[in-house]
Amino acid sequence: MGRQILLEHINVPGINTFDVYRKHGGYASVEKALKTMTPDEVTEEVKKSGLRGRGGAGFPAGMKWSFLDRKSEKPRYLVCNADESEPGTFKDRYLMEKIPHVLIEGMITSSYALGAKTSYIYVRGEYMYIIRILEQAIEEAYAKGFLGKNILGTDYSLDLYVQPGGGAYICGEETALLESLEGKRGNPRLKPPFPAVAGLYASPTVVNNVETIATVCAIVNMGGDEYAKIGIGKSTGTKLISASGHINKPGVYEIELGLPVEEFIYSDQYCGGIWKGRKMKAVVAGGSSVPILPTELILKTAKGEPRLMSYESLSDGGFVSGTMLGSGGFIVMDETACIVRNLWTFTRFYHHESCGQCSPCREGTGWMEKVLHRLEHGHGHEGDIDLLVDVAKKIEGNTICPLGDAAAWPVASAIRHFREEFEYHVRYPEKVKNPKHFELEPFVPAAAAMATV
Amino acid sequence: MSKVEFSPDTLALAQRIIKRYPEGRQKSALLPLLHVAQAEFDGWLSPETMDYVASLLNIKPIEVYEVASFYTMYNLKPVGKCLIEVCQTGPCWLRGADDIVEHFEKKLGIKVGETTADGMFTLKTVECLGSCGTAPMLQCGADYYENLTTEKVDTLIEKLRASDNRSTYMKSNMQEL
Repeated sequence: MGRQILLEHINVPGINTFDVYRKHGGYASVEKALKTMTPDEVTEEVKKSGLRGRGGAGFPAGMKWSFLDRKSEKPRYLVCNADESEPGTFKDRYLMEKIPHVLIEGMITSSYALGAKTSYIYVRGEYMYIIRILEQAIEEAYAKGFLGKNILGTDYSLDLYVQPGGGAYICGEETALLESLEGKRGNPRLKPPFPAVAGLYASPTVVNNVETIATVCAIVNMGGDEYAKIGIGKSTGTKLISASGHINKPGVYEIELGLPVEEFIYSDQYCGGIWKGRKMKAVVAGGSSVPILPTELILKTAKGEPRLMSYESLSDGGFVSGTMLGSGGFIVMDETACIVRNLWTFTRFYHHESCGQCSPCREGTGWMEKVLHRLEHGHGHEGDIDLLVDVAKKIEGNTICPLGDAAAWPVASAIRHFREEFEYHVRYPEKVKNPKHFELEPFVPAAAAMATV
Repeated sequence: MSKVEFSPDTLALAQRIIKRYPEGRQKSALLPLLHVAQAEFDGWLSPETMDYVASLLNIKPIEVYEVASFYTMYNLKPVGKCLIEVCQTGPCWLRGADDIVEHFEKKLGIKVGETTADGMFTLKTVECLGSCGTAPMLQCGADYYENLTTEKVDTLIEKLRASDNRSTYMKSNMQEL
C-alpha cells in the first residue's frame, strides 16, 4: 500500500470518536493554524501544496481560496460540498462515516484561513445516517472547545452546521448547492459573479469538496512544500478512489497520485483483478461523466506509455484517446457488460437529474435516453447512432452548468470507442432485446458476427 | 382530517434548525423542515403539510411547493409504510440491480411505482445513492441495505413486515440481514 494520509488511521478502533481521533494526532492543524499562523499563511501553504479540488473539476484549491473577496464588508462563508452523487463515487461517504472528525477539523482550519464565522456542510439527503454521524462529531468538537466562541482561547470563533439536501445530483454543482442551501430549487446560477464574490446570501463564499477540506489538515501539519513532494508532477498528494463494477475487491482506496492504472486494477492491494476470472472490457475512470475507455486505452496511452492514476496521464490524448480523473469514481466492466445498456442507465440518470433550466440539456438528455432505450430493446433505427452523436454535440458547451457536458461526454466516447457494439444493436435486434442485464452472452464484435451470417 | 401541526418536541426541533441561519434567511431551513415534516406526517407531504411549513418559515406556499416538487426525496403522494428504493444506475446495474428489482416485484406482487394492497410496501427505483462499491443496494428510510442477494431481500421483506414501523429518513429502523 502506498502513502496513506487521509486513511492512515482508518482501522483504529474508535477513530470515529473525538478522543481516539485526537490521540492519533487529530485537531493538530487547528492548534497549529490558530495559535501560530495567520489566515493568509494557511492559504499560502494550501497554494504551495498544489492541492487540486477533489470533487471532480481538479481546480487548484489554493487559487480558489485566493479569489475570495476579502475586501467585502459582508460575512464570508465556507461551504463543504458533501452532495456526493456522481455515479461510481462513494469516497466522501466512506471518509465521513469512518473518520468524521477529519472533515470537522478541516472545516475549522479552512474556515479560519478564509475568515468565515459560520460554515455549512451540505450533505446529500440520502446520506441521512452520515448527517447523524457528523452532527455527533460536531457536538463533541463544541464540547471540547474546538468549535463555538474563542476556539482554544484565541479570538477566533466558528459555528458549524450540517445541511441535508433533498435528493438532486445537480446540487453537487456549487451554485446549485448554494441555491439549495438558501431553500430554493437547485438551479445553477449564471456566472459571473462567482461564489468567491457573491455566493451564499450574496456573500463571498468558498465551496470545497469533502476530501479537499479533509486534506487541508495534513497540508497544514506537514507544510505545503512537503505535501507537494507526494504524487507526481502537478498531481500532488494522494486521492481517494471509489472502485466499483466487475472487480474482485470493490471499495475505497487511497492511492498516491501516479500509481499505474494496471497496478490499481490487478494488484491484490487494490481492486484485485476482474471478477469471475473474466477479462476487462472497459473502464469509466472518474465517475459516470468522464469518457469511457476500452481496456487497451485505459492501461496505456495512445503513445504506448503506461497510463497512470493522475490528472495529466488520464487526460493524455484529450477526448480522442484519453479521459479524466474526475471524482475518482472508477467503474470497471468485464467482457460480458453491454456498453449500450450501461450508457442507457447513465443517460437515464442525467435526464432524471437535469434541472430543466437549459433546453439543450433538458430536452437533449431525454432524447438520448429515448434513443438508447430503443437501441437496447431491439427497436433501433439506422441513423440512431449518428443521431446520438449529433444530440450530444448540441448539448455540449451550450448549457449554464457542466451537467450538459457530463451527459454528452459518456455518449460521445462510448460511440467513439465501441461504435460496432451500437451497430450490432441495430442489426441484430433479436439478440439484444433480452431485457436482462449483464449476463448477456459475451459480446461478439459486429464484424465477426456479420462474417458468420 | 386533523389539523396539521408539529408536536411540541418537533416544533422545538424546527425552531433549533431555523436558528442555524442568519436572521432573515430562515428560508434556508426549508429542506431540513420538509424532511422533518415528511417524517412526522406519514411519510409524505400533503398540500396542508406544505402550507404549514410555509407558515413556520413565513414564506409563501408556492415557495414550498416548487422546492418539494424539485427534489426526489419528498413524496407528494402517500406511500406505503416502507418505501423501498432500489438503486438502478450503472454500477448497481453491473452487479445485478435488475435481479433485485425483479425479485421484489415477484415477491410483493407489484410493479415499480406501486404500493402493496395492505399499504406496507411501496417499490421505487432510484438513481445513484453513492453505494456503488457495495452494489446492488437499496435504501429504506434512513437505512442502506448493501451487497443484496435475493435471499437477503426475502429476509428484509419478512423483517420489515414483522417490525411494522414506518420507514422515515429521520430515524433508523435497520434490520439485520
